[in-house]
Formats: sequence, structure tokens, C-alpha cells
Amino acid sequence: MDRAPVRCLVVWCPHWPVDAHRPPADIPTAVLHANRVVAASAPAREDGVTPGLRRREAQGRCPSLEILERDQALEARRFEPVLAALDDIAPRVEVVEPGWCVIPTRGPSRYFGGDDALVALVAERVRAVVGSGVEVRLGVADGPFAARVAARQSPPESGLLVVPPGQSATFLAPLAVDVLERPELTDVLRRLGLKRLGELASLRRADIVGRFGAEGDRVHRLASGLDERPPATSDPPPDLAVAVELDPPVDRIDQAAFAAKALADELERRLLARGGVCTRVVIEAETEHGEQLARTWRHDGALDAAAVAARARWQLDGWLHDRSVRRPTGGLVRLVVRADDLVAATGRQLSFWGDQPGSTDRVQRAVARVQGLLGAGTVRVPERRGGRGPAQQLVLVPVEGVGLAERDIDGPTTALGAPWPGRIPPPWPARVHEPEVPAEVTDHGGTLVQVSGRGVLSAPPVMLSVRGRPAEPVSAWAGPWPVDERWWDPATRRRRARLQVTVADRAHLLALEGGRWWVEATYD
Amino acid sequence: MVDRSGLLALAQQVAPTTLAVQRCLPVDGVFDDLLPAGLARGQRVALTGPGATSLALALAGRPSQGGSWVAVVGAAGLGLAAAEELGVRLDRLVVVDPPPTARWGATVASLFDGFEIVIVAPGHPVSARDDRRLSARAREEGAVVLQLAPSGQGRWPGADVELAVDAVSWDGLGEGHGYLRGRRVTVRSGGRRGAARPRRLELWLPDPDGRLRPVTPGAALSAEGALVPGDADPPRLSSVG
Repeated sequence: MDRAPVRCLVVWCPHWPVDAHRPPADIPTAVLHANRVVAASAPAREDGVTPGLRRREAQGRCPSLEILERDQALEARRFEPVLAALDDIAPRVEVVEPGWCVIPTRGPSRYFGGDDALVALVAERVRAVVGSGVEVRLGVADGPFAARVAARQSPPESGLLVVPPGQSATFLAPLAVDVLERPELTDVLRRLGLKRLGELASLRRADIVGRFGAEGDRVHRLASGLDERPPATSDPPPDLAVAVELDPPVDRIDQAAFAAKALADELERRLLARGGVCTRVVIEAETEHGEQLARTWRHDGALDAAAVAARARWQLDGWLHDRSVRRPTGGLVRLVVRADDLVAATGRQLSFWGDQPGSTDRVQRAVARVQGLLGAGTVRVPERRGGRGPAQQLVLVPVEGVGLAERDIDGPTTALGAPWPGRIPPPWPARVHEPEVPAEVTDHGGTLVQVSGRGVLSAPPVMLSVRGRPAEPVSAWAGPWPVDERWWDPATRRRRARLQVTVADRAHLLALEGGRWWVEATYD
Repeated sequence: MVDRSGLLALAQQVAPTTLAVQRCLPVDGVFDDLLPAGLARGQRVALTGPGATSLALALAGRPSQGGSWVAVVGAAGLGLAAAEELGVRLDRLVVVDPPPTARWGATVASLFDGFEIVIVAPGHPVSARDDRRLSARAREEGAVVLQLAPSGQGRWPGADVELAVDAVSWDGLGEGHGYLRGRRVTVRSGGRRGAARPRRLELWLPDPDGRLRPVTPGAALSAEGALVPGDADPPRLSSVG
């Protein structure tokens, strides 16, 4: 029997990724992740910058757009005061991600005299903390999904919407299936002619499950105003908690996050052994002076170890750097990660012949492991920029900022297909020296070869000495390819002349800049 | 009554077979004489000599086009444009900074699950323990290791296949004119077990059109860059800027 879902209040700051950076009110700002817009500030939104746009499109719509990279740790840190304010009102506040939290309303609503009063109070407190420039939406309904939809649908003036108890299904019925936020499924539903949640809910659940499987079951329950998953019918699950005592007390985020990662791995292992996943994780931290911070993190999908570890890091980051009263006075001595709300794991359908070797899941896991070993910024991927030299054409950017799946290597400043006069013709050298290797190119008489202002060599190069080693004779050479880049800006002006030379069995790309020769690249 | 012999025959038919060809990554056709079966998964190929980097990228080109991901560990200053020219898909290439010596083994081992080709250039002698562990891991995950070794220094001896670039001849450069157009290399292969029989291959890496192809007898480029008769391809004009 389906029990009625828990009535919840959702506090949602739609543009939190950009609001967390506290941009100036008059400058259009957008936060990007993996080359796509995640959130945009009000002036940017007025220009038409919406989440999901690619970087160049956004810049095209708003040329003066200020672009920031997504920083989830900062978002968590800035959201912590909001959570602290809410902790005073409600005993349990569940965070889904920074900017979005869920409060079960049964107790607080009774205490404060009704849903409307509660919502007004919460709105006032939250707005007092975040300030007037941040948009805050609140919604109350049966179940976290309906409450979130209510927050989305709330009228812009008040930002509040309360759906009366038992009316969630009627509230959801006229809404489009897009609110389910499952794009592939929504696409199929639309093509089947189901455009509204009410139409979906009116079909028999057995039929939906037969067509779409477990996901169809979840979606049908949501459309009917019920909880996403049925409650566990077996015995109440035992308390799955993993704890670690930290001795000596830890006050550095990375050490604490490392401990949290180990706990998260252990918890995931235990959960998988039971064949279950949890949709809520409680992370508790205790300091040596007895202060405690417990935060419930909720996720619509299932949280994996990496996600739990990331949330632990955000929470600790927020707590240890919180400027409000509640900063801890000592290091952390105990960390507990507890799984809450256990549901059966429905599993993933693996491809029939085993995991596809090219799928980016495995690649991303491997990259994550290497980052764990070596640190952030040590794994990089190519991005095209365009330029005359081999080091400018393509550069390496840290992988954290890009999405590995379906990647487009053209960077923000690529002028695709534009000619670059003065560029060395292909083939490109296979070894590019960074930093460039000092060299000496001498002519017959032993003097350094120079290139005049008109791009003429002072004398043919005869000997090449790389990094002070004995000079070798140059067997063939060509050039110079003189380049005078950005001559209008004295700060970034580059005047360089390039030569191709072969010495014995190696070919080098030499460059003269500032009166000195360098080996720019080697055709290895 | 169940016909047992019929069942057994059917079981033979539907038993999963591991075709030898699935245990290899196919490489560009120009390497057929050198590596008849392509790159066998789990193998380590050591490349030495001038042009080793380009050779490694050329070997990785076809698998990369076919969907394999390529990781490069510790090879400082890889030419990305050259990689793209030789066929490596840049959206499936990941470059890892040189790890500290103590973490080198663990880093390379972590990459085997996910990356089918791992190009390494160890800057330190690889310990026997790392060697054993990485060989076992590579075989288990089906990854191919392309090892770039500075000429003459055996940082990690005992590769399954050794490709040495013996002779390099660049064409297109004259005395103050022309530009580097094509390179002819002679590659000699050796190694252990199946690859022990030495083979030689002369190929363009790349040819003036940017392709990889075997050197046909009698082909040469004059100093101006025009092909002299003896080669099947007519001379091509290409822009220089």
C-alpha cells in the first residue's frame, strides 16, 4: 500500500551557482561548467543567457558577459549560513545540493501554526541571510518532488507556493512532463503523445512499467503525487553507519575530506553487499570540544562514494570557514557517515558483451584515480586555440573544467579555418619544448646568426649548439619565417623568426627572439 | 527424453569464442609488415631512436579513430598538432603530468582500466616490482603500453616488442629554401617470443601529403621538393601560409 508522502518544504535558489560568487548587480555574469552555462545573473538573463547554452552562444548573446568557472565548494560554503538559519526553525534540514534544501514540515508546521506561517517565516529568514539580490523560491507540497515543482511554479512576486495537503496530484496534473527533468524519457513520452503529468498519471502503472521498467514506475509515482520509491516492506533497515576517530584532531579540509572519502567507500561497499542504495546520507562531524555538525544530504538518484565524499568536503568546507557564530573551535576528532532511507538497488543494465571499452565512465574513473594520486590540475586535455607556433595551436587545459564525454576541443578563441600567415607549414613537430631550450646558431665565422628587421638572415647557419653541448653542423635549413604578433600592444608584442634545420638525423624548429636563439620544437 | 549428444553439439556451437583478433588493436595498414597482428592487448612496445614519438603517435592513430582512449604519462612536451596529424583523436587524448617516481607505478596502473593505449616515458629505472605489477595489470585490462625511451638507455627493459628507428631522412629542406615536407624512416622490430623475428620497414612518416605509407622503391625528393620520376604519385602543390 502506498503511504502518503511526507509533506515537505523546499527552499530553492535557482541561480545559486552564480549568486554564491556575489557578482556586482550591474555586471552580467555567468557560471560555466564543461563549456556550458550553469547559471546566470539577472543582467545576463535579461540578455538571454540561460542555463544550457554553450560558451560561445552565451558570449554571442551578451558580449560583455563575465565568465566564472563553477566552484561547488564555494557554493557550499556560502550556503552554510542559510542552513544554519534553517536549523533554528526545523530539526531536520536535508540538503540536495548548495542552493536547494528540503525540510519535512510536519513538526515545524504544527509549531508555527500552519504551512503558510511556516513558509513566510522561512522565506523571511532565508532572505535575511542571503540578501535582496538573490532569488529565493519556496514551495510546500506532499513529497519532495511535488514541493520542488511548487517552488518552480511559485509566482515571481512572492516566491511562495503552498499546495494544500492531498492536492499534489491535482496540482501536478496540468504541468508538462518536462518538470520531471529526465530529458530522454520526456522526449519519448512526448512522442507517445503524453504531454502532461496528468495524462501520464491516468495510465495504468502496470502498463508504464511494462514499457519503461523501473524508471517508468518511479516517474508514474511522481506524476501521481506519490513518493518516488515505495517504502521498504521488509524489516526496518539496520543503522548503516561508518565512523572514524581522527587522532590527532584534524583541522585541514583536505585531510578531513580524505577520511570522508575512505568512509564513503566503505559505506558504498556495505550498501552494495546488501543490494541497496541510500538516497539520504547523514554526515556528522564532531570536534574535540564537543561541537557537532550534522547535515543530511539527499539525492534523487543514488549517491555513490565520490558524490558522498564531495558533499562531505563541501560541508566541512562550509563549517570550517563559516563566518557566522557557529565556527568550530577545535579540530575534528570524529567523522560519521550514515546511510538513511535505504531502498533496493535496481541496478544498471550493462551492455550485453560487457562494458564498452570506450565508454567515458571508465575513463572518468581512471582520471579520478589519477587525480587522487597526483592532485588536481595534473591531468589535462587538449583544447584548440589557434596560432602560428606549435605551442599556440593547441594547449592543454585541466580536465576538471571540461566534460570528457562528447567533448568539443575547440576552445573559446578559435577562429576556425582562418589562415595564419607566417605559420610554419605542416607537418607539425612531435616534441614541443616547454620551456624552450636555449641554443646557439653560428655562421662560418663563429658569430651568432641574426635576423634583420626585414626578415633577412645575417648569414647562413652553419653550426648549431643546443644547451651548451658541442656544436653540430647544420645539414640543411630553411627560413626565416618572421612573425611580428600584436605589434599594437607593447606589452604583448612578440617578434620572432623561425628556422627549420636538420642536424644529423634530427630536425629542429629554431626560433630567434630578443636576440637569442631557442629550440622551439623537435621533429621527433 | 533429452538428446544429450545433440545438446553437447549445440553447446559447442554457442560457446563464446575469444577470437584472436579481438585480443589485438588494429593499426594503420602501413605497419602490416612490422606488426602483422597489430598491437596485441597487454603488450608493451618500446620505441627508440629519432622519430620514436611520431612513430608512437602513428601507432596510436588508428585505434584512437576506432574509439580507444589514449593517455600520455610523463612525456614532456608532446606535440598535440602532430598527434592530430598522425591520426590521434584529440577529444580522446588525456595528458598526465610527470608523476613523482614513487607514484609512477600506481599512476600508470590506474590508467589501464579505461585507457586502451598508454604512452609512457619513464624518467627513472622501473623497479622489478613495478614491472611485474604493470605487466600483469596491462594483460588483465587489455591495455597496450607504448614506451618512449631516450635512445640507448634501458629504463624499463624487457619489452614485448622493440621498435627501433634506424635511419631518418627528411626531405624538402635545401640550403636556405624549401621546408620540411616528408620524412622517410627505417624501423627495425625485435622483441620477445612472437616478435623475436627481426623485421624491417621503410615508411614515410609522414609523406608530403601528410599520410603514412610505405616507401616505394626508387622514390626520392629533390631539393626543391618535387618528386622525381620513380614514384607513382604526381607532384602536388600545397600552400605555404
